[in-house]
Amino acid sequence: MNMTQLPIIKDIYGFLGPDLLVGVVGLLLVLIFVPLNSAFLVWVERKVAGHIQLRPGPMEVGPHGILQSLIDAVKLMCKEMITPDLADKPLFWMAPCIVVIPAIVCFVVIPFSPVMQIRELNVGILLIFAFSSISGLSIMMGGWASNNKYSLIGAVRAVAQSIAYEIPLLLSTMSVIIMSNSFKMSQIVSDQSTVWNFILQPVAAIIFIICSTAETNRAPFDLVEAESELVSGFHTEYTGMRDALFFMAEYTAMFIASSMAVVLFFGGWHGPFFSGIVWFVLKAYFLVFVTVWIRWTFPRLRFDQLMNFAWKVLIPISLLNLLVTAIVIKVL
Amino acid sequence: MTMKTIDDININERLYQLNLGPQHPSTHGVLHFLLTLDGEVVVKAEMLIGYTHRGHEKMAENRIYEQFYPNSARMDYLSGMIFNTGYCEAVEKLCGIEVPKRARYIRVITSELNRVASHLLGVMDFVMGIGAYTPFLYGWDDREIILDLLETITGSRLTYNYSRFGGVRVDIDQTFCDSARRFIDRMRERFKLYNDLITGNIIFIKRTVGVGVISKDVALDYGVTGPTLRGSGVNYDVRKSEPYSSYEDFNFEIPTKEEGDCMARYLVRLAEIEQSLRIIEQAMNNLPDGPIRADVPCFITPPAGDCYHSFESARGAVGYYIVSDGTRIPYRLKVRAPSFSNLFVMSKIIPGHFVADLVAIFGSIDVTVPEIDR
Repeated sequence: MNMTQLPIIKDIYGFLGPDLLVGVVGLLLVLIFVPLNSAFLVWVERKVAGHIQLRPGPMEVGPHGILQSLIDAVKLMCKEMITPDLADKPLFWMAPCIVVIPAIVCFVVIPFSPVMQIRELNVGILLIFAFSSISGLSIMMGGWASNNKYSLIGAVRAVAQSIAYEIPLLLSTMSVIIMSNSFKMSQIVSDQSTVWNFILQPVAAIIFIICSTAETNRAPFDLVEAESELVSGFHTEYTGMRDALFFMAEYTAMFIASSMAVVLFFGGWHGPFFSGIVWFVLKAYFLVFVTVWIRWTFPRLRFDQLMNFAWKVLIPISLLNLLVTAIVIKVL
Repeated sequence: MTMKTIDDININERLYQLNLGPQHPSTHGVLHFLLTLDGEVVVKAEMLIGYTHRGHEKMAENRIYEQFYPNSARMDYLSGMIFNTGYCEAVEKLCGIEVPKRARYIRVITSELNRVASHLLGVMDFVMGIGAYTPFLYGWDDREIILDLLETITGSRLTYNYSRFGGVRVDIDQTFCDSARRFIDRMRERFKLYNDLITGNIIFIKRTVGVGVISKDVALDYGVTGPTLRGSGVNYDVRKSEPYSSYEDFNFEIPTKEEGDCMARYLVRLAEIEQSLRIIEQAMNNLPDGPIRADVPCFITPPAGDCYHSFESARGAVGYYIVSDGTRIPYRLKVRAPSFSNLFVMSKIIPGHFVADLVAIFGSIDVTVPEIDR
């Protein structure tokens, strides 16, 4: 039966119009997807880490421990949420709420397949960049409000890091945008139907992956929560579900960053045999797997080395890449 | 990196203090750093110790010599076998007990196995402090074999109580030797893996080369010993300079590095594992027959007098100083712990480094806190 024939759907459709209906359904789907995806990625992370480290990883709950993260989520929800006495309470409470905003909003413009996109925006890529910067704000809020020195150091590192790495991230994206002549994500994907941008823009692709790893605070750039130095950085004082929200945001940011890379460089939904959504999700999860793999292989950079790497290596290279791209596009 | 000291800076400016530890992931054990920081740069580091003080030296004054066996291994729980053997050798020196050659060889084998285990843990802990978690578990995988092996003859996995005055408790058999040989072959293969995974890693090199340089003079001034001293280019190892047990019988080298940085200390430890494997192999090949324990009474009564016995643990030169008043209870027992001197050289070299470097340097010096506190 066609869903649009149901009276209630018809009423809502008539009342709200098609855009809002798509928006509401999309939001519901995103709200379901985000926690499940994070739970799944936590399981993937633990499982991959386990196998890299010659151990099985979680095995107890469900087949091969697949339900482990759900059980952990239940545990975290049941835990007391402790607020330190000297914390700035409103900010301390707001930070985990704000950190999930980019995690949810960024899904609006991601084209999972030619039809599966909640809203097509002319400036889709800009929206993702704009909203993912909010996570830096919430990390700063959380770190400051905790009134803990480890948290503060972590928060300061986070801000410096996200400023430094957003520049090469945008510059490498710009070279793709110049090629497609559009900020529309679906347009960029359509342009890759024959050749992926990864082949045409390998330098930009690599810089993008490095910077998105740093933007999502993943190893070897996880200085924000560097365990061996800062205990757990900006969320040291957070407990229970508040802590879990930070984790959820981190894993969702990982997925969004991988989706962005898929859209910009790995041909989005294009691929043989399967439908678009399958290819898109497969590619995105593969890139997530790569970041997990990197995390469990490399040591951590030191903070000054991290900044030097961004300002002295990545930004010049990405600027040069942008220049070469612009000249080549102009000449052709 | 410019060296800033507390005197160069206006105190009201922007310094703040950070308590790193005693509960902190990288100050394994309970060590407390009181850091004065300028941003992330350490201006001054104070090490506060004593959180695991158990009074082993005082305990020794209240029990007969035999009852101190288990205490000896509990000082440095990572090289327990070496401490345990060292204590027995100190008392043997005091009493003039001649130990059979087979027992001495077995002591060398077990001590060197223990040293390999300790170095593996030390190296991997250092690597984990830098942020690489996986090599840590690879190292523990190798270490686990040694623990299993030593468990077959001692019954314990960490705090061994194996040496006895005049020999050892249990003889080693062919199965033990075969397992040890298999481990040696495996370990030699694993060095390639470690070189690929850690030593050749560009981030690891960036984090360790030129970081935490302990110059030769500073190392000697502070009484640093062990791999940390040899990483600063001083060729001193008690096993070579004052051979005890039967180290004079074996052919091995003392690896040294001139640089004195974290990388040098790491490489010295890896090279020492290789040398220890050589010693174990030689000792097993030339293992003499005979008794494993001299004819020693159940309870010994050393003559009045004192003795100092020095030996090389995985962290450096340990000294046992025993004063006997001719009774069955020691009058005084003093331990010279290498970690104490090795740790306090940090207050000299840390200023000017980042907090992240502090963790790396602390890991590279490889300190066990219970040994400092005793």
